Amino acid sequence: MPFKRYVEIGRVALVNYGKEYGRLVVIVDVIDQNRALVDAPDMIRGQINFKRLSLTDIKIDIPRVPKKKTLIEAMETADVKNKWEKSSWGRKLIVQKRRAALNDFDRYKVMVAKIKRGRAIREKLAKLKRENPA
Amino acid sequence: MAPSKPRSKSRNPLLIPGIGKFSRSKMYHKRGIWALKAKHGGTFPRHDPKPAAPEPASKKPPKFYPADDVKTPVPNRRKPKPAKLRASITPGTVLILLAGRFMGKRVVFLKQLPSGLLLITGPFTVNGVPLRRVNQAYVIATSTKVDISGVNVDKFDDKYFAKDKKKAYKKSESSFFETEKQEKKLPQQKKDDQKAVDTPLIKAIEAVEYLRGYLGTKFTLRSGTKPHELQF
Repeated sequence: MPFKRYVEIGRVALVNYGKEYGRLVVIVDVIDQNRALVDAPDMIRGQINFKRLSLTDIKIDIPRVPKKKTLIEAMETADVKNKWEKSSWGRKLIVQKRRAALNDFDRYKVMVAKIKRGRAIREKLAKLKRENPA
Repeated sequence: MAPSKPRSKSRNPLLIPGIGKFSRSKMYHKRGIWALKAKHGGTFPRHDPKPAAPEPASKKPPKFYPADDVKTPVPNRRKPKPAKLRASITPGTVLILLAGRFMGKRVVFLKQLPSGLLLITGPFTVNGVPLRRVNQAYVIATSTKVDISGVNVDKFDDKYFAKDKKKAYKKSESSFFETEKQEKKLPQQKKDDQKAVDTPLIKAIEAVEYLRGYLGTKFTLRSGTKPHELQF
């Protein structure tokens, strides 16, 4: 069981603690044993402790501490945004955000939909059971 | 000259509560009292004193002097204002009642009454809540709104909801032993009012999918739901 995701220049990570919680950042330099310099297209480049980062599978090709323009171009060519939103981790986060933003009426509609779906499933199952008594 | 409006903001900014920036003489100059005086020939214009009410011709000495001098209490001039309506509550908002007989029900807000209470209705046929008054504090405002333009609520005020005064208890031997059960029937007028308010409301509700079922369902908390994290 070797490691698969390494801290390296160009590694995309998710901030999991602090003011920038939930933001996708790119590691552009390593400062010392504990800290990295991170950057994102809509953020001022800054240092962050590794403990506050969760590494993702995505890596982009950049030189050490690139200019913002270079960084954005590299992220576009690597298609980081789409890769992230298609990944199961990214999709889960999107669903969580969606669920948190539901208002009371939406929650009611979700409840009705769940009941309808469960009912349809049970009806179909009952039908199949009747047709194939085993 | 046009009647002058009282100036809303003082010309003397406060440095600290109780201490203004400018001295009395500076303020005299700022307010332009010198200009008013100059305009009216050296004196500040005054109204003629009101003719004093003539003293009653014979003033008899009072019969009674209290032993101690008692201070008369300062009259209470406080007029309570109706409670400020939360910005999230507008006519047509769906509210969740948090206390009382209809706890958990989702109802439609109609208007705020002069007493500060909120006028709500179920509508009655949807969830059994009649035209009713409710305090803002016991209510959660959701972001769902119903179209209330077809409803006329002008005739409802606090007097409409006042309880009927019980008739004076006549003490007689017969009535003492027979406990009179007064039948409390809802007057037809109230039923008609309810219908008049509800019919256009229900039309607006039916126009939105799922809204009628939503209003008919009670709000519940389930395991794992954190009310402080819920968006309403």
